[in-house]
Amino acid sequence: MADAHNLEIFRGLIKFKSNTQKIWGVLILLSIVTTVEVVLGIIKPDVLMQNFLSTKILNWIFIILTIIKAYYITWDFMHMRDETPALRRVVVWTAIFLICYLLWILIQEAGYIFNTYDQGHIKTNF
Amino acid sequence: MSSTVSTSSQGEVWAGGNKPMKASYGKLMMWFFIVSDALTFSGFLAAYGFSRFKFIDSWPIADEVFTHVPFLHGQELPMIYVAFMTFVLIMSSVTMVLAVDAGHHMKKAKVTFYMFLTIIGGLIFVGSQAWEWATFIKGDFGAVKTHGGNIIQFVDADSNHRVALKDFAHSLPTDRVQHENNNGIWFMSESSLSSYSLEEVIEGFEKDSTIVIRTQIIEDNEKTVLSREESRTFLKENGKYVVEGANLKDNEYGSPLFADFFFFITGFHGFHVFSGVILNIIIFFNVIVGTYEKRGSYEMVEKVGLYWHFVDLVWVFVFTFFYLV
Repeated sequence: MADAHNLEIFRGLIKFKSNTQKIWGVLILLSIVTTVEVVLGIIKPDVLMQNFLSTKILNWIFIILTIIKAYYITWDFMHMRDETPALRRVVVWTAIFLICYLLWILIQEAGYIFNTYDQGHIKTNF
Repeated sequence: MSSTVSTSSQGEVWAGGNKPMKASYGKLMMWFFIVSDALTFSGFLAAYGFSRFKFIDSWPIADEVFTHVPFLHGQELPMIYVAFMTFVLIMSSVTMVLAVDAGHHMKKAKVTFYMFLTIIGGLIFVGSQAWEWATFIKGDFGAVKTHGGNIIQFVDADSNHRVALKDFAHSLPTDRVQHENNNGIWFMSESSLSSYSLEEVIEGFEKDSTIVIRTQIIEDNEKTVLSREESRTFLKENGKYVVEGANLKDNEYGSPLFADFFFFITGFHGFHVFSGVILNIIIFFNVIVGTYEKRGSYEMVEKVGLYWHFVDLVWVFVFTFFYLV
């Protein structure tokens, strides 16, 4: 295991010489992504405040950046890159399928309940 | 076909020497645990999303809630401290992965040093979270809860900045004291009284004509501010009691669910960090006494490392969904 590290990230765009170097490289990447998130969150550019697929574009950017961070934490810190494809798929797809189902059903229902409050005969503004 | 049984000797298969997917038993079990725990957390976050979309037009704006940084009183610095906490946790993940790497090379001194740094990082994070909870529970401006369960906040009519209750509430003479179960019927008591009663807030509101109220309803990414006249009627007709800070029943930031989920999700995560620190300390001492040196493998560091990175991974999502989105 010890010497079997895959030292490429970005599909080989960046190659590291040693595992230690890769760790620091990934830290820099994660820090940059976090900084971008925080800066965007403070500035909140008007262009990104429009709605797109039922939430703001800015929120979609945050979600995508989060998934990118999650990818690098799992792949490089948790050494998923060095595991067999079978283990990788077992862990990742199980989680992704179940989470997608959960999110779909809950957010769908939440939208329905919101509409009931909003357009129905329930008074909430008192 | 790396997932199939790779050994031909039956004795070894049933004796536990088998490594499906080329991962040891312990590592595989840690991955099992991580997947199931990931589903628990996604259950929480999805439930948070559910409540948020249910109250999409009145949910508290996180930037207005988490604005505090220790030692910088009275300054509005949204997200700075959480970003710091995120960085601390990522950093402790890095030292953990360095410890694992040093373990692969059987360098005991380096593993010890990096494990120590990881523990320190974890403690800083848990401490920060405790501070954040304390600030959240204490609150800063105070608000009034209506009969309909909504929160009314007070703002300056010109600048639109929040005004704290203590800056305008007018003290009235009162005999009202907290009802404790030793005065009266033994099974009846109440929680501590707010610093100002609703009457005092209304009195102060009448005397200070610059104050208007802000409702929970969001329009164009801002909470709706009522005119002075509307504010007076709304406050007098609907105000029920004063809310300061946050608890599980109500909070001055808006929907009670906001605080409930905050306590539940960050609390559950904080508990994970705490148990991670405990595990790290155990491993740290094992490294020092040379358990893994004797065993000839530092795989235990790697297994606990997996858990520790998972805690970091969860925080990345909590950070996004609680503080950014």
